[in-house]
Amino acid sequence: MAKELDEVDQELLTTTQRNFPLVAEPYKAIGDRLGIDADEVIERLKDLKDAGYIRRLGGIFSSKKLGYVSTLVATKVDEDKFYEIADKISAYHGVTHNYRRNHDFNLWFTLIAPSEEKLEEQLAEIADFEGINVLRNLPAERFFKIGVKLDMREKKGGEDS
Amino acid sequence: MAAEISELDKKIVKEIQEELPLERRPYQKIADKLGITEEELLTRLNKLNDEGKLRRMGVILYHRNSGYDFNGMVAWIVPPEKREEAGQVMATYDEISHVYQRPTYPDWPYSLFSMVHGKSKEDVKAVAEDISQKTGINDYTILYSTEELKKVSMKYFCED
Repeated sequence: MAKELDEVDQELLTTTQRNFPLVAEPYKAIGDRLGIDADEVIERLKDLKDAGYIRRLGGIFSSKKLGYVSTLVATKVDEDKFYEIADKISAYHGVTHNYRRNHDFNLWFTLIAPSEEKLEEQLAEIADFEGINVLRNLPAERFFKIGVKLDMREKKGGEDS
Repeated sequence: MAAEISELDKKIVKEIQEELPLERRPYQKIADKLGITEEELLTRLNKLNDEGKLRRMGVILYHRNSGYDFNGMVAWIVPPEKREEAGQVMATYDEISHVYQRPTYPDWPYSLFSMVHGKSKEDVKAVAEDISQKTGINDYTILYSTEELKKVSMKYFCED
């Protein structure tokens, strides 16, 4: 990471995480908050993307409110088939996160689908993969906290996804 | 569960979930593509936002470049009558971004999940120990992701 963040970059990252304006000239509105002009906001955002600080600039939607259903799935996968199975799981459009974890349940993924039926259907397909010994469906039953944004100035918090 | 969403809103979601153009009038550019006015696009986006369908507009950061190199998913064995209180306690921590209750199985007795962010394994462990002392819940396991095999934002309305 060659690029060092200056104070303006840090404020820019913080404000564009939380309060990105839905107005005709959003970069101008952001610049007004920071005391810089729209062109500088655009240039800085481009640089922060190129430097690998920003993964994406766009909308984040609520899967639930768009009518989608989601779940977290824990699986025990044979080690000698691990990557073959991991790839087959990652190939699903609705699998957004897929991680190896340090546990007997060694492969964990999230699955989002347009309906409960579709979700069940895909889970049943995956459960049938040879090399998956156990599959546990762990849909959230209750939310105590969901998605806190990082404060670049104080370095506290997390990401929502 | 069927959410009300018009065909035009679906098209808007499909555009807005991609990269917002880095130019003076980014919404104008998207509106042109959709064949609507900038004003209509902004009106609809603000409505989607008010309805909670659009959770937020903005940047998503790479954690590893923003001081957060490490996260651990702490899973807790909590008796049903204690889950409410324990979940509330976990939610108060700044280092914790998500707290969920999930179903249990004979081979997976952990009911509460908390996502802890820190700079090291030690940070995550320290938060877990602190919660354990506060809540009296001693049965927990910390799951670290040892390999990222896929991490993407969901693309909606692209299935067919």
